[in-house]
Amino acid sequence: MSSLAISVENLGKQYRLGGNAGYSTIRETLRDALLTPAYRLQALLRGQGAIERSDTIWALKNVSFTVQHGEVVGIIGRNGAGKSTLLKILSRVTHPTEGRARLFGRVGSLLEVGVGFHPELTGRENVFLSGAIMGMKKQEIDRKFDQIVAFAGVEEFIDTPVKRFSSGMYARLAFSVAAHMEPEILVVDEVLAIGDLAFQEKCLGKMSDVAQEGRTVLFVSHNMSAISMLCPTAILLEEGRINFHGPSADTIARYVNLMRSGVDSQFDRRADRTGNGLLRITRLYLEDSEGRVIDTVPCGSGVRFVLEYAAADSAASLGDVGIQLMVASGATRLFSLVNEISGDLFQNVPARGRFVCAVDRLPLMPGNYDLHFVCLVGRQLADKLRFAWPLLVADGDFFGHGRLSNNREKHGSLLVSHSWSLDTDRKI
Amino acid sequence: MTEIPVPGSLSPGLSRTPLTITADRSWARLDLRELWEYRELLFFLAMRDIKVRYKQTVFGVAWAIIQPFFTMLVFSLFFGRLAKIPSDGVPYPLFSYAALVPWSFFANAVSQSADSLVGSANLISKVYFPRIIVPLAVMISCAVDFAVAFSLMVGMMVYFQVLPTLHIIWLPGLLLLALITALGAGLWLSALNVQFRDVRYVLPFLMQFWLFVTPVVYPSSLLPEPWRTLYGINPMAGVVEGFRWALLGTATAPGLIIAFSAFFALFFLAGGIWYFHRMERVFADII
Repeated sequence: MSSLAISVENLGKQYRLGGNAGYSTIRETLRDALLTPAYRLQALLRGQGAIERSDTIWALKNVSFTVQHGEVVGIIGRNGAGKSTLLKILSRVTHPTEGRARLFGRVGSLLEVGVGFHPELTGRENVFLSGAIMGMKKQEIDRKFDQIVAFAGVEEFIDTPVKRFSSGMYARLAFSVAAHMEPEILVVDEVLAIGDLAFQEKCLGKMSDVAQEGRTVLFVSHNMSAISMLCPTAILLEEGRINFHGPSADTIARYVNLMRSGVDSQFDRRADRTGNGLLRITRLYLEDSEGRVIDTVPCGSGVRFVLEYAAADSAASLGDVGIQLMVASGATRLFSLVNEISGDLFQNVPARGRFVCAVDRLPLMPGNYDLHFVCLVGRQLADKLRFAWPLLVADGDFFGHGRLSNNREKHGSLLVSHSWSLDTDRKI
Repeated sequence: MTEIPVPGSLSPGLSRTPLTITADRSWARLDLRELWEYRELLFFLAMRDIKVRYKQTVFGVAWAIIQPFFTMLVFSLFFGRLAKIPSDGVPYPLFSYAALVPWSFFANAVSQSADSLVGSANLISKVYFPRIIVPLAVMISCAVDFAVAFSLMVGMMVYFQVLPTLHIIWLPGLLLLALITALGAGLWLSALNVQFRDVRYVLPFLMQFWLFVTPVVYPSSLLPEPWRTLYGINPMAGVVEGFRWALLGTATAPGLIIAFSAFFALFFLAGGIWYFHRMERVFADII
């Protein structure tokens, strides 16, 4: 029997953009610098928001959906589509401008791991502080304390100030506290993108435990394979509105389509991007072996990964460029495509161009995968983005014998070209 | 009336009132019951402030005494010895320290709470809890410093052989008055500081000005009536005169001035709560 857990009706959130966008002259800028305090004082006396002469933007508009108890729903969308705003409203961190949301049950939200951790305090003190901040009672934390510490694996250091912790230990303890909240409704933002891979795997495992325990979960991620593994249904947000709400596979397919249509600004807005920026990947897409752009790749067919790039200084030519494309399933790395391994070295690369990596027979079972990329210029990290692109692999005939290879759960994600034979001649 | 879902109380059954999030402004009012539910968070935040404040210092919590003590020495030298400011018949060091103890509490509580929300920006933009807990926790941690500084007051009274009067029973009430005043100012300033970082620059002037309009270095008996009573518009005047009266038995009972102070302190606090809650809804958006 199912019952309503979350009901969102016509939710909207309007943000004001900063006032000093679009000054054209120095005179205007100066005049405003002088007049701004007067405007602000006026706004202050009227008790309203201070940002005068501002444009507004709807980060979320007319969003309505319902979630039943026990449902696990993924929320995907491009950066700035309103995913985080939606979670912030449901977590009561910020208020909607219009509409209403009702939550039936105790809500736990995890917008960031380690909120409230203070570096000077010991692990033990931080567990209690952070737990209390997330709404746990002292008694409850007392009861779960040993479990929390054991899950994080920091027993020996629990009375050491966390500023002496390694970043991995810190992240593990922080996640562990959060993982031991027992809300009926769990709201999770992209938190799995932290820590090392082993830890991410642990996080994903915990998430799927939570999902299987019959809790209601709203889960925002760029990690498409995690979304398709954990969430039977997903919501696609686009420019603050619901673009699609349905089975994850369909939602992800739509998302990929959307990513392809409005590509250029996509990577630029990602906050989790690192590197010195000497070279930036500006576009990533797939082509079939004839050079046609495609969304999904049939299992076992030829595919070309195309990465368009631009150098920061468009006049310069770059030295040695190393490029790595990694295919992952959740937190598990499956394989990497690295130009240094294949022996294709790029020297004196021009300021603009595209790197193309051709794979003859894609050895992946049908399903959702993720692509991470790393670019090095002269051995320095220039650009790195995890979960850069969702890779959709469709049914296909890898072995060329007319039967589809499509049991990923049973046989694993990777396909290796092979043959079996029966040898009856030799006596054993 | 069914129970409101509350963090930490995982109760079975789903037949509860749902948590409703709307754009309705009237939702923002001081919810004392919710505040009570979050009392443990208040405690943990206050503990954090206390523990962290003197970490990695040589003198540790002794700083809570050192600061007012040296201020008292300087005041005694310049205002007591050189300027010969009258001190209502008690030794000037006692006279000024009795005022400095509640004043230091007030000044620290106001300046720390003014910065508290901005300092907790990360919390405020990531987790929900009643925001008023942040400046409230500052009040508690500053009260601990007050207790430490007050212990020296006892020592000084023994040294100068001054017996406290029976009025000492009013001391907790006077401390509460100082706390209400500090919370009132702290709520205003912390909420303003979220939007206008000007507060940071105004604060040092404000506290200096406030020190001079509070009878810390001089007695309020310098003022003729009715100005002396009207002086209570500054609630700290009532607190400081009250401390001297209760501890040192300075002649003039400050009953009227304290009544005036209490009235204005509550008035400031009510205004502070009103403004804080009005702004609370947008803290996460503009912090």
